[in-house]
Amino acid sequence: MKKLRTKDAAITVVIWLCALLTVSGLLWLVIYIVANGLSHINLEFLLSEYKGDKHGILPMILSTCYIVLLSLAISAPIGIGAAIYLVEFTKPGRLLQIIRFATETLAGIPSIIYGLFGFIFFVNVLKFNFSLLSGALTLSIMVLPVIIRTTEETLKAVPLSYREGSLALGATKIQTIWKIILPSAIPGILTAVILSVGRIVGETAAVYLTAGMVTRFATSVMDSGRTLAVHLYMLAKEGLSFEQAFATATVLIVTVALINLLMTKTVGKIKKTMNSR
Amino acid sequence: MENKQLKEIKICTKGLNFFYGDNQALKGINIEILAKKVTALIGPSGCGKSTFLKTLNRMNDLIPEARLEGEIYLDNLNLYNDYDIVELRKKVGMVFQKPNPFPMSIYDNIAYGPRIHGIKNKAVLDQIVESSLQKAALWEEVKDRLKQNALGLSGGQQQRLCIARVLAVEPEVVLMDEPTSALDPLATLKIEDLIQELADNYTIVIVTHNMQQAGRISDYTAFFLHGEIVEYETTSKIFSVPNDKRTEDYITGRFG
Amino acid sequence: MLNKHCKSRIKKLRLNRFWEYIAERTLLLCASAAIVSVLIISVYIFYSGLPIFGKAGFREIVFGTEWKPLEGQFGILPMIIASIITTLGAVALAAFIGLMTAVFLAEIAPAGLAKIVRPAVELLAGIPSVVYGFFSLIVLVPLIDKYLGGGGNSLLAAVIILIMMVLPTIINIAESSLRAVPSEYKEGSLALGASQIQTIFKVQIPAAKSGIIAGIVLGMGRAIGETMAVILVIGNTPQIPTSLLDRARTLTSNIALEMSYAEGLHQEALFATGVVLFIFIMLLNIAVTFLFRKAGEGS
Repeated sequence: MKKLRTKDAAITVVIWLCALLTVSGLLWLVIYIVANGLSHINLEFLLSEYKGDKHGILPMILSTCYIVLLSLAISAPIGIGAAIYLVEFTKPGRLLQIIRFATETLAGIPSIIYGLFGFIFFVNVLKFNFSLLSGALTLSIMVLPVIIRTTEETLKAVPLSYREGSLALGATKIQTIWKIILPSAIPGILTAVILSVGRIVGETAAVYLTAGMVTRFATSVMDSGRTLAVHLYMLAKEGLSFEQAFATATVLIVTVALINLLMTKTVGKIKKTMNSR
Repeated sequence: MENKQLKEIKICTKGLNFFYGDNQALKGINIEILAKKVTALIGPSGCGKSTFLKTLNRMNDLIPEARLEGEIYLDNLNLYNDYDIVELRKKVGMVFQKPNPFPMSIYDNIAYGPRIHGIKNKAVLDQIVESSLQKAALWEEVKDRLKQNALGLSGGQQQRLCIARVLAVEPEVVLMDEPTSALDPLATLKIEDLIQELADNYTIVIVTHNMQQAGRISDYTAFFLHGEIVEYETTSKIFSVPNDKRTEDYITGRFG
Repeated sequence: MLNKHCKSRIKKLRLNRFWEYIAERTLLLCASAAIVSVLIISVYIFYSGLPIFGKAGFREIVFGTEWKPLEGQFGILPMIIASIITTLGAVALAAFIGLMTAVFLAEIAPAGLAKIVRPAVELLAGIPSVVYGFFSLIVLVPLIDKYLGGGGNSLLAAVIILIMMVLPTIINIAESSLRAVPSEYKEGSLALGASQIQTIFKVQIPAAKSGIIAGIVLGMGRAIGETMAVILVIGNTPQIPTSLLDRARTLTSNIALEMSYAEGLHQEALFATGVVLFIFIMLLNIAVTFLFRKAGEGS
């Protein structure tokens, strides 16, 4: 009996150690980078161009924003539409299975394959060259499963009684979806979008092979542009400037942390509205 | 069933069968439901009364495996062939067992139906909202907070809101699926009073598990058992001198 | 008058039905986007990557040990081996740490502490892979060089950074699988006098087995597909590694390193590298789908 207790205690210690290891790994990374990066971040760094002796990241911030907006403009309507179709229109069967399998497959494809595909298809076959458009098109496929799956879960959580109530009043299916179901699902759809923003901001391989790495200000969607993540990669890979790399990495970490915070807020809101039912 | 011929028949069914997959839920239902009367459907759980109610505004269309045989007529027109489903549901409203207000303001809940059916004029909508809430005996309680979320109302108020929401699209028939089963006794009484008032202008079909309720508010009562109608009579007759032994057993609480 | 009213109503209903139809078709089109994407991606990857197998020979590519694209030698065996070693090494350790952390979150941690650890795991999942790569380039590589020698750029550095990157995947899925185990099992075991630890390891983990394994396989997909973090620390020499301190090059880094300047056959060989990676990924995906289905049946 005593032996058993010692064994249990030992295992408990191992479990605590593993959790500690996970958290401390994260803390080490975040603190190390932010501590080294923060001192190099100033307005000039954030708001000047990257040219001559100026090492600002404004062009990269803008290119990142363009790619985020463009990708979402493509994938959000398609992804939300697909989720609506899956939840509201399909009956269980072959089509549903195929679409689900396709979504799972897309979610499992690594970003370098997306990059390779984007390079072959958008850059070369469609002749969009290295451009924000090629990058955004590639990324919009990459985040499609995120949007579809998250929106699907939210739509499923909308109570059946809302649908019944609306249909019983003589509303058509489309009216019910548009006026009742989508408004109730907005927090969830927002989560899907925020999640995608995080994926796009952090992506390197797929952007690097499709949007290129030019550090100029992009003036149209056909221009090549360098995102923040690609910028960090170039700085680190070429060993150009670790100071700038630390600062850029800090900007990325802060962005991701803000995105996570925003998401916890919206998820909390969803839970609250669902509980009030 | 004296004098029934003289009264206006609103809904009638002929040889109605209904299946969930291989499971037959309704067996050869023939019934004539009279206009501007309250008809109560009673019977033990799983006897088919709710299924029958839902066929009357085709809510069962939502169930993928369901199948219907036989005919249903509303105002002498075939329910499945002669009506557009949207028109039908506008004409035959439904109140559900659990109050199901939409997550929006009281005003928008009531205005939802009229808006869906194309009314955009603010003054007209205001008028409809007020009169519907008045008909549902809710106006006095909510007139100062029409813009507040409907989910903040009590259960009984929510159910009356749902009734008002149905009335706002000007139906001729109102179906009620155990509308008071989720409510406390006081709220139940209010809804019962309301049902009797509404019978002056609407045809009401109500499913209930509560014998006293059926006795209090209905003009006619149909007793369902195992997917069949055992007896359909005036309420006073069915509760005093039922023809069928099974009806008597059920009403006096011997099974179900 | 009545007739006119009827006609306008019928017109409105027809219009309604027309819009319903259009809307449904549009939504169906959206839903097919995923299928179309998978098809186009597969077709173009294979279409671009397969020809070189005919020209240079399947065996010479998959089992060739020399990668000298400018001299017409396209052996990617070193990359396949490096990819497999880094993936298995990282996932083996991450599976253990991740499962224990999941047990911690689901069963052991006081509620307050779980509330801190869980967002930390989420942040770990959200940090861009290139940041991991940079961190390990700056911190791990010098540490390895100092204590173990060999320059630091090595398989080991890649394995360590991949552990951190696949941990959140494994933790999240393992935790939700553990939580999905019916509480009756736990109560039944505890009521028989088993300790909490015994219950976790003898009842709850076995019951959540399929889900946990699916999480691990998903982590494998993440690890084998990771590119940027690995490139920065693994040294990128296309040779078959003989120790964990050797430099090596994975399939993913092969593509990313040379794609920007490759031409002709060289480029085709990189596409072929993509094909091999793609096949690995598809196999893992099918395994995951299968495992999740099994997990769904189990509960």
